[in-house]
Amino acid sequence: MSFSWNIVTDFRLMWQFEFMRNAFEAGTTIALVAGIIGYFVVLRRSAFATHALGHVGFSGAAGAVLLGVNPVFGLLAFTMSGAAGMAVLGRRAASRDIEIGTVLAFMLGLGLLFLSLYKGFATEAYSILFGEVLGISSASVLFTIEASAVVLVVVVLLYRRLLFASLDEDVAEAKGLPLLALGLVFMVLLAVAISIAVQVIGVLLIFALMVTPAAIAVRLTKSPLGAIAVSVAVAVFSVWLGLFVAFFSASVNPYPPSFFIVTTSFVLYVAVRVAIEVRARFVPRGAVDLHPNPSAGRGSI
Amino acid sequence: MSAASSVQRPHAAGSVPGACSTVIRAEHLEVGFRDKVVWRDARFEIQRGEFVAVIGPNGAGKTTLFRMLLGLHRPLAGSLEVFGSPPRRGNDRIGYVPQRHSVDIDTHIDCESFVRLAVTGTRWGPGLARREEREAAARALGSVGAADLAHKCVGTLSGGELQRVFLAEAMVGNPEMLLLDEPLSNLDLRRSRDLVALVTDLVRSRNVTTLLVAHDINPLIQSLDKVVYIANGRVATGTPDEVLTSESLTALYGVHVEVLHDSRNNVVIVGGEEGLGGEHA
Repeated sequence: MSFSWNIVTDFRLMWQFEFMRNAFEAGTTIALVAGIIGYFVVLRRSAFATHALGHVGFSGAAGAVLLGVNPVFGLLAFTMSGAAGMAVLGRRAASRDIEIGTVLAFMLGLGLLFLSLYKGFATEAYSILFGEVLGISSASVLFTIEASAVVLVVVVLLYRRLLFASLDEDVAEAKGLPLLALGLVFMVLLAVAISIAVQVIGVLLIFALMVTPAAIAVRLTKSPLGAIAVSVAVAVFSVWLGLFVAFFSASVNPYPPSFFIVTTSFVLYVAVRVAIEVRARFVPRGAVDLHPNPSAGRGSI
Repeated sequence: MSAASSVQRPHAAGSVPGACSTVIRAEHLEVGFRDKVVWRDARFEIQRGEFVAVIGPNGAGKTTLFRMLLGLHRPLAGSLEVFGSPPRRGNDRIGYVPQRHSVDIDTHIDCESFVRLAVTGTRWGPGLARREEREAAARALGSVGAADLAHKCVGTLSGGELQRVFLAEAMVGNPEMLLLDEPLSNLDLRRSRDLVALVTDLVRSRNVTTLLVAHDINPLIQSLDKVVYIANGRVATGTPDEVLTSESLTALYGVHVEVLHDSRNNVVIVGGEEGLGGEHA
């Protein structure tokens, strides 16, 4: 496919193909959900739990492949039970990386066993681990949109309560918020988001859509709604640019879109960190409020 | 604190100034967890507008007392009344500053949004910031002299600033009672004194009953009305002069304890647990 400098023509060209339309539709939906859920992941320090749920999902997906079921259902079953388990053990338990690490290693092993029992091993494993956005069917797109709609409705409904419980759990509890129930709902939402995101980015690269955009956002704005907006924008931009580059570089070599998506969000992350560092150093103090002032003694509050 | 006068306190409207009314009453209170009694047979009364220090060694059950007052933990035996009825969760008449750990340098949110959650955080739906909510947050920040911190990021504040923001969060909605769990730990002596002065001002100007958990009683001793001293599974209550004596603490600990006063009226407690009150003397 030949690339022109006219972006509109380029998108028209890409969208002539159904697989590209599917990729953009699913990718955009997932970026929207991942950007929003990712903000709460960063707020709740659940990044490692997110990573672990991806691994748990891997064995679920592999099990589903073995049974001849759509992998997304295996993903959902495993991530949701894993998420519920983490939530019931409590938020402090969910941040215990040793225990989570132990379980996720076992889960990866289990996934490997399932795949070795299945004959079509290599391609299936590859697409679960790294995503296969260009192979998403129209039916999967529809399912992705439906699942995302459910997640978004719940997040909108719970937004302020979730924010309060995530930022300030002791006060939220004293004010009567049910921390356990909120934690459980959040973890299940996270499980659904991960399960659908795996199609685009794969279990190993889930961070690029789930954590990196939100990590960029919280460094750019201090308001929660602003941060969510930036997080979504970064996630959507990463997916779009990744698909765009993959499409137009395919004539050279069929590069995996996941790579370009991950690279985009990573480059943005590094750029933002560097820009903040530079500003903090060269703009007089008082003008900058984005970067934490290391000299402000914080104690161990 | 000049901003203090700008806040109306509807609850206080009917009360006679200076009149005593009991806001916390504990009778034969026994506290602990399933397998362990932390303290027992406690009796105390706290009157409206009193400034009370809750003192005792680590693990004595001071935070548990707060959790009971907030309705988050049930007594094993005895009775506890807050505002004349058993404690219940989500009581808007109580403002709470936990000894928290969930805020740190990676908490990227501005103070106004943070404090505003105390107003809106229990509501359903997304809710775009309404003017009254912003004003309530701004008023609360103003009441603790932290109006200038409104647009700063919580993660960048110093320990003293952070405690003021937490206090502002607790002051949202003009509570009648404040429960402050170790607000002075991690603060140096000067910041401790500033915060005590601020809390004392809130107590006196608004008649807010305040319980403050502390390790060291000395920064507080001038301002206190009462001390609740928890140690050795028991609780002693009274004015600082009644409780902080060699006799009373010896009786409480069951071993000989000496209370010494220096020339500036600082207290040093020798014996009992590890030199309570002696750290800053």
